[in-house]
Amino acid sequence: MSQAVRTIFDKDQLAITIDRLVYELAEVHYPFENTIFIGLQPRGVFLANRIVKTLKKQFPDLEILYGELDITFYRDDFNTSSDNLPIAKSTNIPISLSGKKVVLIDDVLFTGRTIRAGLDALLAHGRPSEIELLVLIDRRFHREVPIQPDFVGMTVDAVGAQKVRVQWKNETQEDEVVLKEHEN
Amino acid sequence: MALSVKHLLGIKDLTPEDIQLIFNTAAHFKEVLQRPIKKVPTLRDTTIVNLFYENSTRTKISFELAEKRLSADTINFAASSSSVKKGESLIDTVNNILAMKVDMVVMRHSATGAPHFLSQHIDAAVLNAGDGINEHPTQALLDGFSILEKLGTLKNKKIAIIGDISHSRVAMSNMYLLSKMGAKVRVCGPPTLIPKYIKSFGVEVSYNVRETLEWCDVANVLRIQLERQNKALFSSLREYSLYYGINKEMLDSLNKEIIVMHPGPINRGIELSSDVADSQQSIILDQVQNGVAVRMAALYLLAGKKSEIHEE
Repeated sequence: MSQAVRTIFDKDQLAITIDRLVYELAEVHYPFENTIFIGLQPRGVFLANRIVKTLKKQFPDLEILYGELDITFYRDDFNTSSDNLPIAKSTNIPISLSGKKVVLIDDVLFTGRTIRAGLDALLAHGRPSEIELLVLIDRRFHREVPIQPDFVGMTVDAVGAQKVRVQWKNETQEDEVVLKEHEN
Repeated sequence: MALSVKHLLGIKDLTPEDIQLIFNTAAHFKEVLQRPIKKVPTLRDTTIVNLFYENSTRTKISFELAEKRLSADTINFAASSSSVKKGESLIDTVNNILAMKVDMVVMRHSATGAPHFLSQHIDAAVLNAGDGINEHPTQALLDGFSILEKLGTLKNKKIAIIGDISHSRVAMSNMYLLSKMGAKVRVCGPPTLIPKYIKSFGVEVSYNVRETLEWCDVANVLRIQLERQNKALFSSLREYSLYYGINKEMLDSLNKEIIVMHPGPINRGIELSSDVADSQQSIILDQVQNGVAVRMAALYLLAGKKSEIHEE
C-alpha cells in the first residue's frame, strides 16, 4: 500500500506553476518559430499537453510545434532489470529536429536515466541546435547521471524509497502532485 | 506484459494476446523504420545466429535487417557452405555455435520440428524461420499485421488462402493465426493439394477459385512448392495456372476490390499474373516492408523473456 505523506501541489497551485513555466518558456523562446516541445512517454505527455494548451491560449496567433517521444527502445536496463519487459508507447515527431530548439518535457526528474535515454532517442530524429529540459518536479537527490533541468516547477527533497506522483485530472480525481511512501 | 512463450516455434503455441502484443510492438518498430536514423540500441548486448539449412532470400535478409536495426550482433550460417557438408549433426553444430556465447537462434530447416528439437536442447531462445511443411510463424505474423494495417481489424474478415495448401508452412501458420484472431478462413486449391484433415482447423474448403475470390476480402496466394512434392499432384503447371492462376481480368470482374497478398517468391504467370502482382490491389511489397518491423518485435519480445528465465 502506498500512502500520501504530503501534497506538494493542489489543483490551484499546479495551475499557477504551469502558468509560470509557460511565461519562462516564452521569455526564452518567443515567438517559438524554431522551437519544438516534446513530451516524454508516458507521463511527460500529460504535462506537455497542458503546457502547449496554455501556450496556445496565451499566444493564439502563433504556431506551437509539439511532439511525443517514447524511450523504451533506448533504455539502459533492458535485460538487466527484473521488472516486466517495458511495453513501448507511440512516438510522434512531426518534423525533422535538425537545427531546431527542443524543449524536452517530463513530469518528475529523479535518477536522470529516462532523460539520458530521451537524449539518445531524440538524436535519431535529427541534430537539434539546442536541447533544454523542463520538469514539473526536480527530486534533488539520487541523480545517477549528470543531468540538470533548465525549467523547474518545484524542487523537492524526498528520500529514496518515497515516490512523487503527479496525478492529472480525470473522472474521479483533480490535478495534484503528492509525495508518497514507497509504492508496491 | 510479456509473451507467454520462451521460443517462437509456431503460431500454434501463441495466445491471441501474444499475437496482439507482437502486432502492437511491430507498429512502434514500423515508426522507428521511418526515422532519419532507423536503428535503436535495444539489443546491443545480444548475439543472434541465423542458421539457414534451407535457401531463403526474403526471410533471411529480413531477419538480418531486423537484428541490425535492433543493434544486435549477428552471425550468418548457411548449411551449404559449412561443416554440415562434412557430416556434423544439427545439435553438434548448434552447441559449437552456442559455445561462442550466442543468445538467440533464428533457424530455417527442411525437416519439420527441427527448431522444436533444438529448443529442448539449448538455452538460447529459438525463432522458427520455417520448418519443413509445419510452420513459418513470422510470415503469418507479418501477413496478419499487413491485413490489420489495411482493414483495421482481422475479426470477421474473410481471408482466402489459395494454392498449394498441403506443402505450405505459410498456409499452416496463417490458418492458426487468422482463426485465433477471429477471421473467417477459406482454403482453395486443387483437391490433391488440400489435405483431408484440413476441416479440423475450422476452415472452409473450396476447389473453385473464382467463387472464392467473390467471397473473400483478402486473397493470400501461395506458390506451388515443387521442391516438396515427390509425386505428380496435378498434370502440369500450365493446367494449374489455367484453373487456379489469378489474373487481372478475374479481379476486375468482381464487384468489389479485394486485397492480394503473396509471401514470395512469386512464380509469375503461374499462381499470379504479372499485372496482378504489380497492381494497386497487391500489397506484396508492403508485406516485405512489414516483415522487418514484425521480426524486430518478435526478437525484442523474446530477448526480453531471456532475463526472466535466467533469474528464476
